[in-house]
Amino acid sequence: MTLWANALMEGVLLGGLYALFAAGLSLIFGIMRLVNLAHGDLIILAAFVVLSVAAWLNIDPFAATLAALPIMFLAGFALQYCILNRTLGRGLLPPLLVTFGLSIIIENGLLELYSADSRRLHGGSIETSSIALGHSIGIGVVPLLTLASAIVVILALNFIFYRTALGRAFRATADDLEISQLMGIDHPRIFSIAMGLAFVVITIAALYLGMRANFDPTIGPERLLYAFEAVIIGGLGSFWGTLVGGIIIGVAQTVGAQIDPEWQILAGHVAFLAVLVFRPRGLFPLPVD
Amino acid sequence: MALLETRRLTAFYGDFQALYGIDTVLQLGETVAIIGANGAGKSTYLKSIAGLIRGPAESVWFDGQPIGARQAADVMKRGITLVPEGRRLFPSLTVEENLLIGRYGRNVPGPWSLDAIYTLFPALKARRNSASTTLSGGEQQMVAIGRALVSNPRVLLCDEISLGLAPIVIRDLYNALTQIKAAGTSVIVVEQDIVQALRVSDRIYCFQEGRCSLSGRPTDLSREQIHLAYFGT
Amino acid sequence: MAKHSKSLAGTGQYRIVTGTPVSLVAAGGTLILVAVLTALPFFAGRDLLENMIFVFYMLALAQCWNLLAGYAGLVSVGQQAFVGLGGYLLFALTIIAGIDPLVAILLAGAISALFALPTALIVFRLRGAYFAIGTWVVAEVYRLSFAQFRQLGGGTGTSLGPDITNAVFGIDWVKSLLDVRTPAARDVISYWAALALAVGTLLLVYLILRSRRGLALGAIRDSEEAAASVGVNNARVKLVVYIIVAAVTGMIGALIYLQKARISPDAAFSVLDWTAYVIFIVVIGGIGTIEGPILGTLIFYLLQNYLASYGPVYLILLGALAILVMLFAPKGLWGYVSQRYGVELLPIRRRLVWKKDP
Repeated sequence: MTLWANALMEGVLLGGLYALFAAGLSLIFGIMRLVNLAHGDLIILAAFVVLSVAAWLNIDPFAATLAALPIMFLAGFALQYCILNRTLGRGLLPPLLVTFGLSIIIENGLLELYSADSRRLHGGSIETSSIALGHSIGIGVVPLLTLASAIVVILALNFIFYRTALGRAFRATADDLEISQLMGIDHPRIFSIAMGLAFVVITIAALYLGMRANFDPTIGPERLLYAFEAVIIGGLGSFWGTLVGGIIIGVAQTVGAQIDPEWQILAGHVAFLAVLVFRPRGLFPLPVD
Repeated sequence: MALLETRRLTAFYGDFQALYGIDTVLQLGETVAIIGANGAGKSTYLKSIAGLIRGPAESVWFDGQPIGARQAADVMKRGITLVPEGRRLFPSLTVEENLLIGRYGRNVPGPWSLDAIYTLFPALKARRNSASTTLSGGEQQMVAIGRALVSNPRVLLCDEISLGLAPIVIRDLYNALTQIKAAGTSVIVVEQDIVQALRVSDRIYCFQEGRCSLSGRPTDLSREQIHLAYFGT
Repeated sequence: MAKHSKSLAGTGQYRIVTGTPVSLVAAGGTLILVAVLTALPFFAGRDLLENMIFVFYMLALAQCWNLLAGYAGLVSVGQQAFVGLGGYLLFALTIIAGIDPLVAILLAGAISALFALPTALIVFRLRGAYFAIGTWVVAEVYRLSFAQFRQLGGGTGTSLGPDITNAVFGIDWVKSLLDVRTPAARDVISYWAALALAVGTLLLVYLILRSRRGLALGAIRDSEEAAASVGVNNARVKLVVYIIVAAVTGMIGALIYLQKARISPDAAFSVLDWTAYVIFIVVIGGIGTIEGPILGTLIFYLLQNYLASYGPVYLILLGALAILVMLFAPKGLWGYVSQRYGVELLPIRRRLVWKKDP
């Protein structure tokens, strides 16, 4: 019984990580209908950036992430401004294929720079510390911090979206691109800010990815799939929905692994396909499409 | 010097030419009406001024500057706002957010604060936190006008604000337009409803198949002249 | 080449034609080329044959993906599902059921089509870009599921024994005809099978696009709403295309793994090998045309030959090339050429031609 409870608990905490993966993807799709196939590779790229900053400045991963955030914001802004904006408004293929090409470039660029070795972000004693719950269940501090960060990120994104002028501009642009220009909204700039913001979320996700487990340049696409599954399960356009979606994928994986370690990833995918079959619009669809 | 001027303004949709050399003038403080049948090019004319359709820089002049090639966001920041045909409110924004977004790109002091707009359209104040999609057509039109007004523009462009509304609502909207004019904003209205257009405007231009067929002061023009310019027969 | 003709008031005739003088020359050239390629084993070495097999199956995969994405608007990033499925079916049918490999290739196509139907029912719930990632998830499910089959080697995979690969139908005939040993004869048979599949796929795509359904596909490519408004049943046309492509892709997969004689889940369901390369071929060559993927395959073959040894750098270049083409020549190199010079080698476009009565 404790094993299952433990699996469930771990799944919920893993869901926090997947929600962080998903929030950035959801943000970008919500504002500019861009599905970024390089999202997973960008998370891995961010993990390597944090790794390098930590090594270079000789600081711990948390401080390195803080230092990396502005760089990553600018990188996201520049990527959108210089490349991705050119792909929008020209149909389905250009954004898909350009981000797919980007995904290949990032993965192989990282292989070239960092080799295929597994890496990890080392945070010292925090990595192994846990909070005991009863006599046989313990919660790792890092997984707990991951979930807490996911909640904080979602609160922050909701605040930006629904309480600030920038958020109004995001929503107005998503609603009606032509009319938003009449409000003096410079949409290439708005899209670039959104991508910069997504890169900030990606970098936070990368911190916890790198502290919880090993990573190497090739594991990006799988992270894209988890993020995507969480977004679809949650229903497009709701950040809280991505948290629920992330938790469902996380629990499916840990419970699947409890049955047979080889079923971990498969169980997550199957849970996603099941939601797709029974609730094709996700669990929390928007009232208006 | 005129506040806003179009000089030999042309516009194309692909190979289709919608405007053939339109010359118009708007003086400071004036209200000008553009009338004409469906497809005469009235909306295209407004979109060309607002920057949604771009052409040669010298085809539109505002405040002594050529702005024909400017982007819509830039034109708005200079002080020309458009109330688009069909209202086009942002569905995921509340009523008040729809008004606030109107000053995203330009926020200059002037008579039209949020409160002043709620005074102009009292019906909106009670609905300020409602989703804009739940409003009646007339209320939506009020939000669309308020949204274009809240940045205190120097020129307000109105595209068919009476479309699909009850006569009593149309009268209220045009009364509001009179107040807007009185507060110093120059206005161009595009209308199919000739009666309303003649009532508020200092001058009119009549468009027919992309060309200007008649212009003048409403008091100087006879019904027959307008009828001929409007329908072409 | 006239498909329809209508008389108009006795002064002349409008005819709808698809052929052009250039295309007739191209058709003749194609026939000669196919004949030469068929005879190639009589005078070429094994290296060339093996390279050509690679070209043929990449060409066939590219044509399939182009039909899906370029015409039906189904941008799949999960076609490796059917390559791997076909490969595994070949192994299952030959190792477990003892069926002749060539027959197994055909069966693999049929069974892939059967798998495609339920797959489509799930992924068709996703639209546009979401469809793309959805197909990728499904391919992962296929990969992880096949890794569970202990009989086929589980996660590490398995090999086809010489007892199976050497027992291919017709191998003795080829041995005596060309006077070669068994491994070379096996390559010759794979070569002919690959040639047949590539030509067959090309012909199939060409015929589909020339048919009434092809007209519907062109309409969908240009505008889904407009196609629906003139009575095209978008969903049905797309489903049919998806299943046909799955069947052909399954057969190609079976052939690839007959040639490789060794399969593992990671290789058979590789998104890089069976989808990324294919997408790059189509995008660089020219999406939404038949000629584009042919040109793309040739370019890809050259790049692969000269640059593949650079590993990651090669892939970075390939990705960058695809991005540049998409941004600056979205119709690909062939689109650029045909727009500039008005050439169509394999015309599928209908043109209205006025012919005056004598």
